[in-house]
Amino acid sequence: MAIVYQKPKALSDDVLHYCPGCTHGVIHKLVAEVIDELGIEGKTVGIAPVGCSVFAYNYFNCDMVEAAHGRAPAVATGLKRSMPDNVIFTYQGDGDLAAIGTAETVHSATRGENITIIFVNNAIYGMTGGQMAPTTLPNQVTQTTPYGRDVATAGYPVHVCEMLSTLDGVAYAERVSVDSVPNIRKAKAAIKKAFQNQIDKKGFSIVEILSSCPTNWGLSPVDALQWLRDNMMPYYPLGVYKDKEAEK
Amino acid sequence: MSERVLVKGNEALAEAAIRAGCRHFFGYPITPQTEVAAYMARKMPKIGGTYLQAESEVAAINMVYGAAAAGVRVMTSSSSPGISLKSEGISYLAGSDLPCLIINVQRGGPGLGGIQPSQADYWQATRAPGHGDLHVLVYAPNNVQEMVNLVFQAYDKAEEYRVPAMILADGLLGQMMEPVSFPEEGEIKQHDKSWAVTGHKNQRKHNIVNSLYLKADELEQTVIERFQRYAKIEAEETMVEEYLMEDAEYAIVAFGATSRIAKAAIQQLREQGLKVGLIRPITLWPFPKQAIIDACDKVKGFLTVEMSMGQMVDDVRLAVNGRKPVEFFGHTGGIVPTPAEIVEAVKEMGGAK
Amino acid sequence: MTKSMIFAGFGGQGILFTGKMAAYSGMMDGKEVSWLPSYGPEMRGGTANCSVCVSDEAIACPLVITPDVLLAMNTPSYEKFIGDVVPGGVAILDSSLISLKCDRDDIKVCYVPATALADANGLNGLANMILFGKMLKETGFTSIETLKKALEKVVPAKKAQLIESNLKAVALGMEQ
Repeated sequence: MAIVYQKPKALSDDVLHYCPGCTHGVIHKLVAEVIDELGIEGKTVGIAPVGCSVFAYNYFNCDMVEAAHGRAPAVATGLKRSMPDNVIFTYQGDGDLAAIGTAETVHSATRGENITIIFVNNAIYGMTGGQMAPTTLPNQVTQTTPYGRDVATAGYPVHVCEMLSTLDGVAYAERVSVDSVPNIRKAKAAIKKAFQNQIDKKGFSIVEILSSCPTNWGLSPVDALQWLRDNMMPYYPLGVYKDKEAEK
Repeated sequence: MSERVLVKGNEALAEAAIRAGCRHFFGYPITPQTEVAAYMARKMPKIGGTYLQAESEVAAINMVYGAAAAGVRVMTSSSSPGISLKSEGISYLAGSDLPCLIINVQRGGPGLGGIQPSQADYWQATRAPGHGDLHVLVYAPNNVQEMVNLVFQAYDKAEEYRVPAMILADGLLGQMMEPVSFPEEGEIKQHDKSWAVTGHKNQRKHNIVNSLYLKADELEQTVIERFQRYAKIEAEETMVEEYLMEDAEYAIVAFGATSRIAKAAIQQLREQGLKVGLIRPITLWPFPKQAIIDACDKVKGFLTVEMSMGQMVDDVRLAVNGRKPVEFFGHTGGIVPTPAEIVEAVKEMGGAK
Repeated sequence: MTKSMIFAGFGGQGILFTGKMAAYSGMMDGKEVSWLPSYGPEMRGGTANCSVCVSDEAIACPLVITPDVLLAMNTPSYEKFIGDVVPGGVAILDSSLISLKCDRDDIKVCYVPATALADANGLNGLANMILFGKMLKETGFTSIETLKKALEKVVPAKKAQLIESNLKAVALGMEQ
């Protein structure tokens, strides 16, 4: 019998700890499929963040490093400068990448570090139980914005792809979503391009992936995906924000 | 060994690291360690190494963490306020059993403090270089040649025991020039690095560099195993110099630059007929307690001299354990004690008048 | 036997370099040496000084508190250090820049109009080495041959012409 679908080899047999309906599982699978398809598991080193995906080091079969909160791009820099022929990627959430790790994100980008960043934006701190993230939408209710995010006091969300696209060091920045099958396919293509860019030594590549958090949004998995489409996608438009290759 | 050359302490640290095989330096500018980074910036591009000026000390130490995870010899240097920022990364390095070399060319504190020599980071280096149950190897050279030698020692021991190592220097040693001979390259001992995340090349299970253990018993087992290594370090890697202790009736305990001033004071005291010796810890952690314990049997008292309000004096008192008086003399950052002051302080100790 | 020296003046007079040449010469004579600059805010346009020790034995204290030799190139340095010179010691002063006279009779004070001499002999910026020459003559702590070797080590190849002018300044100082 022909095998039509199987778990990617780059994913381990560990049972994922993610909540039902969480899209981290989908994104893990996409990254692992890309690693398989490019045949790079043996030379890839991944960096797990602090946040919901902290245990990513158990889920990917390539060598893995666990970083301090927000420091994954600095750790990636240290690894890549030591092993320029290896493939180095970080897997980070919004609090990790766009709050505590903003300096590391911006400066690894402006240095044009030849690394790949998988940025999962679900507009909330999941692991600590649903606090405001730097990407929490205006008026969005979280544990620490119980009356909705008031931009007068809590400020505005950070548009990561838009911000990074202004930096000369960035080779590629694209925002995708995993809310639907067509978008999941596009997300995979973007992830693959971000890895291929590194192999081709084109420099810093980031894929921002709009993702859902049913548990902390207080919605069913299906409703959460609809909320993502209705609220996040208008505020964080999908698309390619920078592609040095295409600009040539 | 090379012919003798006159080199600044800070530059000697950098050149020694390169000769010890360090090809990756991550730093952030701060006085008075400036020459270490500047030297690396000049040299590294010429030898195919990495000099990277990070966006912060926090980023720099996490780059060190990444490079150390890859198994290469890596270094960062900073001065006191910058070391505080690095404490996050130092804790992760220790918790992940990664070897590396951290230089602290100390300046006065707390806060911005001053930019002149100080030894006020003793507590930080030996007690809490980061959060959690941990130690880093701490070496305290007192001359430029020793700065060179201890860089080799620090890398070797850091790799042997898989712990971060620190060289605790100060602005005086960093800025002064003395003749040194550098060991030739290629005299480097190789240690097992099968734990490094270099890519498994489809030939082994994946390596994970990590300090997270959510199961309490697993965390405890990990820490206990690490403390067994620490115990071995304490037993086998403690370094101390004794000077004129054979017949000493009083002992001065001092490290780093201050120990040299103390030596000059001891020479003056001996000329005046007072039998005073020096115990100089070269490793601050592990602290050479046995040398202090042994001295308890023969001296009437100890005088600890530091460029701080008295920090190492805690370790001396712990080792003495009440058996003999332990006095302290010192100044804070920028005011180097003079030999005459130390002579007076010894004379003021009970019975020595 | 340890010879301790303080070199002091304004930043830009080559005072730290002068001290470095003393230390380098001592090292090339096979002795133990140390060179310790004062550093900090005073480096920026204010006074600069360094302590140098040259010894037959390992140097314990690199700080020079009571120098055997003081080489001073401005009035604030002179005022700061002249009282510290050990009895029997030597002070070499640039009398073009220091108009004060020393009333101590337990040290030897040499007044050398080094800056004026440098200007008059086409040795601009080398007043420091004229004073070094005088110091060499008074103390004999190293030889002109050693100094020449030290200069060859320290001065980069592309500035090799400076070796000759430095030696000329030293020779001029020795005649004073």
